[in-house]
Amino acid sequence: MGRQGHSRVILRAENLTKHYGEFRALRGVTLGVSTGEFVSIIGPNGAGKSTLINLLTGLARPTSGTVRFKDRDIGGIGPVKLAKLGMARSFQLVQIFPDLTVLETLQAAVAARLGRGRRIFASLTGDREIQDGALEVAELFGLGVRRHALARELPQGDKKLLDVASAFALRPEIILLDEPTSGVSTADKTRIMEILVRAAKTIGLRAIIQVEHDMDIVFGYSDRIIALHQGAVLADAAPSDIQADRRLVDMVVGRRH
Amino acid sequence: MNRANAVALAVALAGVVAVPWVAPTYHVLLMLPFMAYGVVLLGLNLLFGYTGLVSFGHALFIGLGAYTAAFLTGACKIRSLEIILVVAAAAAALVAMPVASFCVRYVKIYFGMLTLAFGMVFYTFLLKFYKLTGGDEGMPVARPFLLGRDLGAMPKTEYLAGPYYFYSLAVLVVALVVMWRLVHSPFGLCLKTIRDNPAKAETLGISVRHYRWAAFVISAVYAGVGGALLATPTGNVDPTLAYWTHSGNIVFMTLLGGFASFFGPLVGAFVFIYLQDFVMSVVPYWRLVFGAILAALVIFAPGGLMGLFARRRTVEVI
Repeated sequence: MGRQGHSRVILRAENLTKHYGEFRALRGVTLGVSTGEFVSIIGPNGAGKSTLINLLTGLARPTSGTVRFKDRDIGGIGPVKLAKLGMARSFQLVQIFPDLTVLETLQAAVAARLGRGRRIFASLTGDREIQDGALEVAELFGLGVRRHALARELPQGDKKLLDVASAFALRPEIILLDEPTSGVSTADKTRIMEILVRAAKTIGLRAIIQVEHDMDIVFGYSDRIIALHQGAVLADAAPSDIQADRRLVDMVVGRRH
Repeated sequence: MNRANAVALAVALAGVVAVPWVAPTYHVLLMLPFMAYGVVLLGLNLLFGYTGLVSFGHALFIGLGAYTAAFLTGACKIRSLEIILVVAAAAAALVAMPVASFCVRYVKIYFGMLTLAFGMVFYTFLLKFYKLTGGDEGMPVARPFLLGRDLGAMPKTEYLAGPYYFYSLAVLVVALVVMWRLVHSPFGLCLKTIRDNPAKAETLGISVRHYRWAAFVISAVYAGVGGALLATPTGNVDPTLAYWTHSGNIVFMTLLGGFASFFGPLVGAFVFIYLQDFVMSVVPYWRLVFGAILAALVIFAPGGLMGLFARRRTVEVI
C-alpha cells in the first residue's frame, strides 16, 4: 500500500513468548507495524506464525511480553473487543455464514460496526446506513453482481473475498489476514490481492499484516517482511533485502528457490 | 415477504377468523391450544431456527406462565387476562435471565441438557411444594376477564369458542407481528450470523453470549405468554405442563413445521394438535405413532412441512 506521510507505530509487540507446556512456540518476538505499511509474516510450518497471529489479535495471552495496539495492551482481549478497537482479521480457513447472502453478511458487519445490533425492533431494510454501507463494500470487492447469492453457493475465490470483505466492512484501522489467498487458484490469487489493496486505499486502512506462503504474493505486495524461524524473528527487512539473501529464503520457505 | 406468501398468510388468517362460524365447536376448541402453542413456538424458534440453540427445557416457561394464570386468578383474585399475560411475561423474563446466563455458555447437546435440567428442577418444585402449587393435582384456573369484562354468566364452551378464541387470536397476531419485526431487525441478522458461524460472528464484534442470552430471554417471554394463554382452555394446571416430554413436544412441533421457515413452527403446531387428536381417537398408543412420524420426518424431510414446499431456501426479496 506504499508509505504515505510520516509513519507512526500503531501495533507493537515487545519480547513476546508463548509456551504450551514444555513447547516454546515463540521465544522473544519484538516487532512493530507503522501507519501505511503492508507487512508480511513468513516462515516454514511450525515457525510460530499462527501463535504470533493469535497473540497479535488478542485471541491468546502471551506467556510473557506485551502486545500494544494504539498504545493499549490487547493481550487476550478477545475478538469482540478487538473489532471494536479497530482491528479486523480473517482466517486461513475461509469463514462465512453459509445461509446468509453476500449482502446480509456485509450488513451484519456494518450493523455491528454501527452498534445497531441492539435495535431489536428497527427495520433492517429501512436502515439506509446499513444498506448503503454493505452495498458499497460489495461493489468494492466485486461482489455486487452476486449480492443476493447465498454465501455457501459462491465459488471458493468469492467465499474468500466475502470473508475479507466482511472484515473490511468493519472499517478497521488495521487488518490481519491469515493466508488471504490459500486454497484458491493462481488466477484468483492475483485478483484477490489486487482487490484487497485497492479496497484498503479506498477505506483508508492504516496497515495490513498478512501471513502468506505464496512468495510471489509476499514479494509482490509487501513493504516489509518478517521472517520467523523456530519461534524467533530471523529477519525483519524490506523485500529486496530478504530476496538478496538466498540462504535466508531457503530457510524460511523451506525449499530451494 | 413476497406476494404469494402474503396471499397465503391472508387466506390462513381469514380461515382462522372464520373457524368459530363454520367449524363444529369441538374443532373451534382445538384451535385454542394451537394458538397458545403458536405463541410459544414463535419464541422457541427465535432460539432454534434463528440462533441455532435447541432448548429441551422450554416447558419450564410454559408451566411458569400457566401457573401464573392459576395463581393470579385463584389466590390473588386478579382476573384480568391483560394483567395475567403481562405478569406471566415478566415472571418468565425474571426466571429466564439467570437460567439463560448459565445455559448460553454452552452449545449443542450441553445447552440442551442444561435447559432440560432447569426444566426438571422446576417440575420437581411444582410437584413437591404442595401448599403453594397443589402438587400433582395442580391448581384450577378461574375464568379470566377479557378487556375488563366479566363473562362469568356465559356458558363455558360459548366463552371459549367466542370471546376467548378471538382474544387468543389477537395475542397470536400481535406476537407474530412483533417476532416478524424482531427477526428482520439488525438484531435478528446478528442472531443468524451466530447460528451460522459463531467464531466468525465474534470477529465482526458481535458478542455471541450477549445475543444468545437476549434470544433466550425473549423466547422465554413468548413461552410464558403462551403458557398463560393455554391455562384457561386447560382449566386446571398441573406439573406435567413443565415436564420434559412437554418440552419435547414443542421441539417436535417445530421440526414438524420446519424451523428454517418463519411460519413453519405455526404450521407444525397446527398439524401436531389435529394429528394428535386424530391418532388418539383411532389408537391408544399415540406416542408410538408420533415417534414413527418424527423418525420419518428427520430422515426424509429434515426441513419439515414447510421445507417440502420450498425445496431450498429462496432469497427473500422484500
